[in-house]
Amino acid sequence: MRARLAIAALTALVVLALPAGMIGATLQTSLNEIEREVMCPVCGTLLELAESPQAQREKAFIKRLAASGASKEQIKDALVAEYGEEVLALPEGDGFTLSAYVVPIVAFLLAAIALALGVRKWRQASRSPERSEPAAGPSDEDSKRLDEDLARYDL
Amino acid sequence: MLAVVGLLVFGLASKGSSRIALGESASVAPLPRLEGGGTGSLADYRGKWVLVNFWASWCLPCRDEAPALEEFQGRHGGESFTVLGIDTQDLSSDGREFVARYGLSYPQLHDGDGDAADEYGTTGVPESYLVDPRGKVRLIAVGPVSDEYLRDEVVPLLPDAKS
Repeated sequence: MRARLAIAALTALVVLALPAGMIGATLQTSLNEIEREVMCPVCGTLLELAESPQAQREKAFIKRLAASGASKEQIKDALVAEYGEEVLALPEGDGFTLSAYVVPIVAFLLAAIALALGVRKWRQASRSPERSEPAAGPSDEDSKRLDEDLARYDL
Repeated sequence: MLAVVGLLVFGLASKGSSRIALGESASVAPLPRLEGGGTGSLADYRGKWVLVNFWASWCLPCRDEAPALEEFQGRHGGESFTVLGIDTQDLSSDGREFVARYGLSYPQLHDGDGDAADEYGTTGVPESYLVDPRGKVRLIAVGPVSDEYLRDEVVPLLPDAKS
């Protein structure tokens, strides 16, 4: 009977402890994610790489909010309210900051179009008639000299 | 390519800021008050001498100078002079805690994104700028101010000041 009770208690402990551990791991993952996506404004580096006193305060602030149940977006919003948009490592996709996303895409598309046009032009040029004609044979003078050489060496 | 170069130039130009020079007008851009809500600005103190002090709660030298500034405010603050604290690149809750811990009685603004500090061209905290009643910078102190500095450099510029 005692053994059964002990097993039941142990099982209950495992069942209770497992979700708590999982929640802890999820919270830690979320904190790490946020620290990778926001800046330490004073250091000018990602928060996850910063160890300055200001960064420590910022990390503690994030931890407090996360512990109180705030979502990742709510935490980032709170950071923006405190430090401004510059705290975000990835700019928001509106206003001037939209150019951070649009310019590379436009540049890539322009480069791809230029490459495609270049390849097309090159292929057209390689198919053109003047290129496809066989090379002209040796001139009369060259043929004569060749014959003389062959005769001289008895080939 | 031109767009990329343009963006780089814009980024560098907008980041680079030089320190405000003596005789230049100090920024009067409004900032949120650290306590009590609303906004405040240097313009609210036009007609007074103002010692604008940039600080942050995470800054150790700021802790050293806070008592000296509070004592100076107690002695000289009034109709013709005030210290104006600007808590920069700091969490407002940490800033309020700092104000309470050091019993700072002078007005405080919050410059969370550091734009005001950039406008003055600060290179760190603490830094202090003495602004005359017309809004012109008359004195710049890089680093913490001490009782001696305030007595020897600031007091002589203040009218009716008793050292």
